[in-house]
Amino acid sequence: MSIASFEPTTLLSVLPEILLLALAAIILVVDLASKRSRGLLLAWLTALGLTGIIIITLLYGQPGENDVLIFGGMLRHDWMAFAFKVLFLFAAAMTALLSIDVEGVADRGEYYALLVVATLGMSLMVSSADMIMLFLAIETTSIPLYVLAGFMKGDDKSTESGLKYFLFGALTSAVMLYGFSLLYGFSGDTNIYRLSEAMHAGAVSTWLIGGMAVLVLVGFSFKISAAPFQFWAPDVYEGAPTPITTFISTASKAAGFAVLLRFMLAVFPAIEAEWVTLLAIIAAVTMTVGNLLAIPQTNIKRLLAYSSIAHAGYALIGLVALSSFGTASVIFYLIGYVVTNIAAFGVVILFARSAGSDEIVDYAGLSRRSPGLALVLLVALLSLGGMPPLAGFVAKFYVFAAAVESGWIWLAFVGVLNAIIGLYYYMTILKVVYLYRSEDEDKPIAIPRSYALVLVICVIAILAIGTLSAPWLDWSIKSALSLF
Amino acid sequence: MEVRILSIVVFTPIVFGIALFFFPAERHREIRIFALAGATVALLLSLWAYFTYDQVIGGYQLVERYSWVPRLGISYHVGVDGMNAPLVLLTGIVMFTGVLVSWGIDDRPREFFGFLFILATGVFGVFVSLDLFQLFFFYEIAVFPMYLLIAIWGWKVTREYAAMKLTLYLFIGSLIAIVGGLAMYFASGAHSFSLFALEQASFSVEFQRFWFPFVFFGFAVLGGIFPVHNWSPDGHVAAPTAVSMFHAGVLMKVGAFAALRVGIMLLPEGAKFWAPLVLGLATVNVVYGAFIASIQTDFKYVIGFSSVSHMGLVILGFATLNLDGITGAGIQMFSHGVMTALFFAVVGMVYDRAHTREIPKLGGFFKAMPLVGIAFIIGGLVSMGMPGFSGFIAEFPIFMGLWQSQPIVAILAAISIVITAGYIMRVIGRVFFGEMPEEFIGKITPINNFDKIALVILSGVLLLIGVYPTIIAPLVESGARAVLALVGGA
Amino acid sequence: MAFLQAHLLTLILFSPVAGAVLLLLIPRERLQTIRWAALLVSLIPFGLALWLWFTYQPGVEGYQFVEQAIWYEAIGSSYHLGVDGISVPMVMLTTLLTPLAILISWSIEENVRSYMALFLLLETGMLGVFMSLDLLIFFVFWEIGLIPMYFLINQWGSENREYASFKFLIYTMAGSLGLLLAIQMIGVASGTFDLIAITEQWPTLNQSLTLFGLPITLAIGTVKKIAFWAFVVAFAIKVPVWPFHTWLPDAHTEAPTAGSMILAGVLLKLGAYGFLRLVLPLYPVEAKYFAGVLGFLAVLAIVLGAFASWGQDDFKRLVAYSSVNHMGFVVLGIAAAAFAQGTMQADDAVIAINGAVLQMFNHGLSAAGMFLLVGVIYDRAHTRDLNKLGGLFPVAPIYGGILIFTAMASLGLPGLNGFVSEFLVVRGSWPIFTLYTALSMLGLLITGAYILKGIAKVLHGPLNEKFLGQKMEINRREIIAMAPLMLLMLLIGVWPAWILNVINQTVKLLFG
Repeated sequence: MSIASFEPTTLLSVLPEILLLALAAIILVVDLASKRSRGLLLAWLTALGLTGIIIITLLYGQPGENDVLIFGGMLRHDWMAFAFKVLFLFAAAMTALLSIDVEGVADRGEYYALLVVATLGMSLMVSSADMIMLFLAIETTSIPLYVLAGFMKGDDKSTESGLKYFLFGALTSAVMLYGFSLLYGFSGDTNIYRLSEAMHAGAVSTWLIGGMAVLVLVGFSFKISAAPFQFWAPDVYEGAPTPITTFISTASKAAGFAVLLRFMLAVFPAIEAEWVTLLAIIAAVTMTVGNLLAIPQTNIKRLLAYSSIAHAGYALIGLVALSSFGTASVIFYLIGYVVTNIAAFGVVILFARSAGSDEIVDYAGLSRRSPGLALVLLVALLSLGGMPPLAGFVAKFYVFAAAVESGWIWLAFVGVLNAIIGLYYYMTILKVVYLYRSEDEDKPIAIPRSYALVLVICVIAILAIGTLSAPWLDWSIKSALSLF
Repeated sequence: MEVRILSIVVFTPIVFGIALFFFPAERHREIRIFALAGATVALLLSLWAYFTYDQVIGGYQLVERYSWVPRLGISYHVGVDGMNAPLVLLTGIVMFTGVLVSWGIDDRPREFFGFLFILATGVFGVFVSLDLFQLFFFYEIAVFPMYLLIAIWGWKVTREYAAMKLTLYLFIGSLIAIVGGLAMYFASGAHSFSLFALEQASFSVEFQRFWFPFVFFGFAVLGGIFPVHNWSPDGHVAAPTAVSMFHAGVLMKVGAFAALRVGIMLLPEGAKFWAPLVLGLATVNVVYGAFIASIQTDFKYVIGFSSVSHMGLVILGFATLNLDGITGAGIQMFSHGVMTALFFAVVGMVYDRAHTREIPKLGGFFKAMPLVGIAFIIGGLVSMGMPGFSGFIAEFPIFMGLWQSQPIVAILAAISIVITAGYIMRVIGRVFFGEMPEEFIGKITPINNFDKIALVILSGVLLLIGVYPTIIAPLVESGARAVLALVGGA
Repeated sequence: MAFLQAHLLTLILFSPVAGAVLLLLIPRERLQTIRWAALLVSLIPFGLALWLWFTYQPGVEGYQFVEQAIWYEAIGSSYHLGVDGISVPMVMLTTLLTPLAILISWSIEENVRSYMALFLLLETGMLGVFMSLDLLIFFVFWEIGLIPMYFLINQWGSENREYASFKFLIYTMAGSLGLLLAIQMIGVASGTFDLIAITEQWPTLNQSLTLFGLPITLAIGTVKKIAFWAFVVAFAIKVPVWPFHTWLPDAHTEAPTAGSMILAGVLLKLGAYGFLRLVLPLYPVEAKYFAGVLGFLAVLAIVLGAFASWGQDDFKRLVAYSSVNHMGFVVLGIAAAAFAQGTMQADDAVIAINGAVLQMFNHGLSAAGMFLLVGVIYDRAHTRDLNKLGGLFPVAPIYGGILIFTAMASLGLPGLNGFVSEFLVVRGSWPIFTLYTALSMLGLLITGAYILKGIAKVLHGPLNEKFLGQKMEINRREIIAMAPLMLLMLLIGVWPAWILNVINQTVKLLFG
């Protein structure tokens, strides 16, 4: 790739980031300026703003024929970055809409601004081509998220969540940074795409490279909540305000995956066989741990946390396949997973607003209280379980296909068995929703229009990705090819 | 372009099902009528598809193909041939009679029919699929709604347990089969999920022998093969009547059919290698199923285990890998499907009135419900393979096929016929004849007209095939020939 | 007229079923309507059978009134009917006995409609067996005859009917199973189920049945042997041949009167017919080889059956065992023919079979008659216990006369039909199986004993006080039912040629 000199077109490639920065500023200004209850206004402002950015990005931000390094090699403008950016913007917009009326966060301008800044950070993360840039971007993402997790000051659980997230994140970031510094030390370059050659030239031993890879993986594993760095997820997910849980479980995880994909494929081709094996084991352990620990959960947020740990495992299988199709399957998986998780958490938020509980037993009779909401939950959980004609089925199918194609049959079987376990606890929730009765059945669940909009969009997306997966798959393959 | 019959058949149920969710929940009457309309449309179309199949031309007809995910060679590809046309008709019949028999469901009929129809679409889709991905896609759609249907509307005592067991078993099976399917896709190098392409691909013998068990047994779980059959009796018993009819009547055929379509037809060398084992296991099905059925005291469990036994005959027929056996198995899928739907409908009618299924506690129901009794007797005679009914037409070629393949199995399977006759006659005698216990006298309400229509349709089909086998046998035989062409056997 | 000629057999075969369906349309409370409708319906096949009898041409080789249509082509079976000199009398017998059985069932009060419909269904089953020229169709109709009889015994029988019907079912089904397996093997080996085609190619068939997957093949000889034994067992159960007979006493005794009439009158003949039509033509060698065993079993049936009869206290059971005894003669004749057909003693074989077939017809008449008469008494006295009956002659003289007449026919009194057939069997078997024939004479002696015992205990001696004042005499309807039987018994006894000719012409061609 060439390093383009500074041209106006270069600006287009960072248009989303610029606009995001502007949006954050606007939100803060509006927040200061308006006096009365501003939750609704701010949320819609954020959402519409983000939607606008999506549209502009789609129209103008598409990368060209070649993948270009810009800003002196700091960023890389390619399809993968593009695809993920759109995904993050979507997730953020949905999160904003889901935050309306949530106590403690809804009418705070800083909340929305931090959300936008985190999105900005993710956007930079996914296009980073330089280690320093990458680290900066990761921190730009993480710090707002730590704050957002602990946003509800009066709630002990939220504070605990924020603190845990911060400590864990900081620790793993530090380890990762150490890995980065070693990489710099052995190669003399911070650009990801030149590291590999540089290290070869310097004839660094395989063991050392492996050690650096492990260090780096610590940070990435934390981000995607893969074993053995998944411990933070259940507590953080449970304690954080649910819209933030949604955001962390979807966009942040996706961003982590994006970085993982780009970094590992670009920097460590020399020890591919080794880190792929390591990842395979990690994937297997992650899936199993996530699924098994989800079974005894009584709190739906914790259950969904363990479930998303498991899903990180499934997605990793695609990377283990180490083929362009495999990487594409990871990207596709994440797309499906993001829309599904938003829908699932959306239901959780709505239910908590009216019924005030996140305990699964309290969901009894939901199908009679609000058949529509129960249906959305059905669709979301079935998609997570991998049921056609929903997105989750196709996503798992492609991931398993990639594994089989590359000969990782045992991993595919582990995935299959885990899918069964997953189905078990998803069905248990559905059983509670549809079968069990409760006295609260006649109390309806309020569904404001904004939430309805989010749920409808997500359900349609789940169905569309599941039944007509071709365009999304093409998109993913294009993205994957930019890494190979 | 002519009317796309098959796609309409496949999607009519789910379209009606989704439309149903927009009805207000309390409008039970409108919901039922709408559901019946959907079932009628599906039935009429399936009849059309069945009778317009031209046996002279043969091959796949009413074919439609659209590109779905071209990047991976996945297409939406449907067609009927001699093997699946009867099954499409079977689904139409069972769906129609199932709706009729479910007229009395009072608890959320909207959701009930909605889920049932989603299931029906899945079933139709599997039968007509000519693309492997599509087959898996519809297969899973056909399995999942069972969970909700059984867990919510089933028999309170065991429904949660049975529903979970059933769904997990069936999923493990299908997911294992999917892995096998993926292996085939990649090994073929054809870059296409089309069944035709995969049929042409010449997989190595070792490949076929290795992957055949995964694919075949993965699907045969749904077919109820021993030893992974025990989801079936519990599932049958716990399910509400229409769901049992669907489950035993159609769903188990989906499993057997997929095992044929994907296992035997695509991996013929593997099929030949593993045939002895399959024959052995299926024999256990047939004999053991009959024995266990004969010692049950719950009326519905008798039928449930009897299904395990009869599905064993289907699998036996397939495993003979000869023309007679496969033809017989194809007819048996249809015959048993209708028969078991009839059985479960009868059981449901008795249970709805007596509120017990314990055989020792029942008796003398013939006087109170003569049509029901006759229907059950007809079903029983079919189940015994009595000539004059479809069961004989189906079982005879299977036995002929077994004689050519493994005579010992033929003899063992024949023993099961005697056992079957024994327990069927015993059940008929105990439940329908004899003295009616006092608690039921005067309390047995007659069946309504919808129930009667359902019974007449189901019994009539069984009788029709029994006296006029030409209406189905040549069709199935043409399909069996196509299967044999792939297997390269006699 | 041409239509009638071309489809006579189908009309005879299906008119009972069509009638049964029509019956089901009559409301179930209108008992008299149902009874008369059933009777009239059953006379239709009888009328058609008469036509058949008079237009049948004895001595023409092969089958007549042949009809063939596509049925189950996929496995090589077609709807194929035809009659010859052996089956025509059987058809006559069946169509004659069914109306009589219906006529005697006037006293049935419960579920009359179902009862009558089952009888008609049963008739179709029996007729189908006699007429079919396709093995699969043979089997279909064989089985069709099973279930109605099961229900007739089970629903309208006496105290022990559950046990008796179940035993009947299981025994006969077990036999049918053997039949099924044999037919399947033959079908697979020959590639068709058509009886005519099979008969032609069977003796020369030497293509082995290959076994899939195993390195050995079933030699055609083994296939033939297994099929032979399967046939023998199946038919032996039906006839019944000792020791497969134990279902018979219970079934006959517990069945309702009309059921016993048909059971003894026609159903047992199915087994013998099977021997004649299938076993002997297809397996001349094996049949000859085992003819001695069969003959021995026949003698046992004759002798032991007679002794058993003699020892009974239950009138109906006495008659039941007498069936074993009489059918033994049929089997003896068949055994003799099996041994001697196509040999120097072929003429004797022909005589023996003539006797056997005629005995089938005759026993049909006399057994039906005896059961009818037992039923008459049971209806009035409500007991079948010979010790409790007695002295009925004075109070029911007409009944007594008829009973003696029928009993004499059963005993084999010259001048009545039983004598002719038993004589022919003995005459035919004597040169072939001298010892067995001699032993069966002993049986004849005991036959006389039990018949006379029966008559004595019922008609003579002191009258039981219970019956004083009761109307014990046979009524007009029952007399009308007996009349055709008695007429035929006499006719055949004094002038057997009209029927023997028909039988003989065919037997000569087949076994000469």
